[in-house]
Amino acid sequence: MITKRIIPCLDVRDGRVVKGVNFEGLRDVNDPVALAEYYSDAGADELVFYDITASHEGRKLFTDILTRTASKIFIPLTVGGGINTVEDFDRVLKCGADKVSVNSGAIRNPGLIPAAAEKYGSQCVVLSVDAKRVNGSFHVFQNGGRIDTGLDALEWIRSGVEHGAGEVVLNSIDTDGVKQGFDLEMLKAVNEIVRVPVIASGGAGSMADFAELFHTIPDISAGLAASIFHFGEVSIKDLKAYLNKEGVLVRL
Amino acid sequence: MIAVVDYGVGNLFSLRCSLEAIGEKAVITRDKEVITGSDHVILPGVGAFGDALAKLKETGMFDLMREIAEEGKPMLGICVGMQLLFEKDLEFGEHEGLSLLPGTVDAIEPRLTRKLDIPQMGWNALKYTKASPIFEGIEEGTHMYFVHSYAARDCESVTTAACEYEIDLTAAVQKDNIFGTQFHPEKSGPAGLKLLKNFCTL
Repeated sequence: MITKRIIPCLDVRDGRVVKGVNFEGLRDVNDPVALAEYYSDAGADELVFYDITASHEGRKLFTDILTRTASKIFIPLTVGGGINTVEDFDRVLKCGADKVSVNSGAIRNPGLIPAAAEKYGSQCVVLSVDAKRVNGSFHVFQNGGRIDTGLDALEWIRSGVEHGAGEVVLNSIDTDGVKQGFDLEMLKAVNEIVRVPVIASGGAGSMADFAELFHTIPDISAGLAASIFHFGEVSIKDLKAYLNKEGVLVRL
Repeated sequence: MIAVVDYGVGNLFSLRCSLEAIGEKAVITRDKEVITGSDHVILPGVGAFGDALAKLKETGMFDLMREIAEEGKPMLGICVGMQLLFEKDLEFGEHEGLSLLPGTVDAIEPRLTRKLDIPQMGWNALKYTKASPIFEGIEEGTHMYFVHSYAARDCESVTTAACEYEIDLTAAVQKDNIFGTQFHPEKSGPAGLKLLKNFCTL
């Protein structure tokens, strides 16, 4: 049977990973290629590179990193950040990305998802959504959670999938950074309305949070996290061994 | 030299990198002479079967693949590239494939009783059904990376491995010199590279 995926996310600015601590055997924690290799060896099922660069030079550094990573690490690689046009898809896919995640770009340009899905296939288009509770419903937020778009998150996700997104990453702003567990209520609501894989993001603080996620919502496809892996609070190897013991099917 | 057939479908960057990583010389090409002169041929593919088939024909690769198969050269279809090897495909209408293998490619979803994700996306374990040289040194139960909404059926005579997704789905096939994997060996970590190496040393 298919296994639950554990996915570390690396924030990259000007060619360097933004945060992290040193692991044994890893000399430069801010080198995206070295860190990607470290995670892959530890059993990461996929990697997400999130480009938070604003400058043109930074973009170039980012694509160089992609190329170097894809030449060394043979697990799926998703790229997000600054994806606004089909040309942006082209730029990162040529450099070794397997999937491309769109967030604000899809809000600004509703034609982006269908155009990208048509050109590269749905399997390549990931809809990433930052959502937060507002007056009893879930709203889509933009610009790192600062702007309420007023869009209903469930409607937005349903429509994104209908238009060709092949996977959804749901990041709950309500639980993000709190480290008290994933937003099970929001994830359940989203998982019920789409048939494509849903990846949970935001809130993981411990190994038990992952077990709770997969036990409470057995259909959720993957758990994504950044800081708990980068700061060594949870190691991917230990996490997978723990999940296996807890009866969650993982690739060891 | 390994010829990776470039018929305008999908991203061949990873596949080329993975072949280089195992020390194989790979050329991404649609040049008839280069392909004919190669030792092994890989037919990649992503997206919809109909599109891939149309492009295979437009680029003249459809007939060439049949000739190559006939010659006895080792040939490996990956993902939609594997699906193209079959007789028939039912994705958005009925299409006739390369017909190098008996069987039909059909949607997974109607075959399931449970509401599982479509596409199947992620790592699933191989269940061997028949020995095949590309599995040399790869233990049964090894996980490979799958992304697909369609899968081959009625192809038991050529199936070498299955994966369980409520039901058993065709994961790998072989008939003489013709090989296929529904999963992406170039994205399946060290085990995937091992499989590619096995194929390249046939």
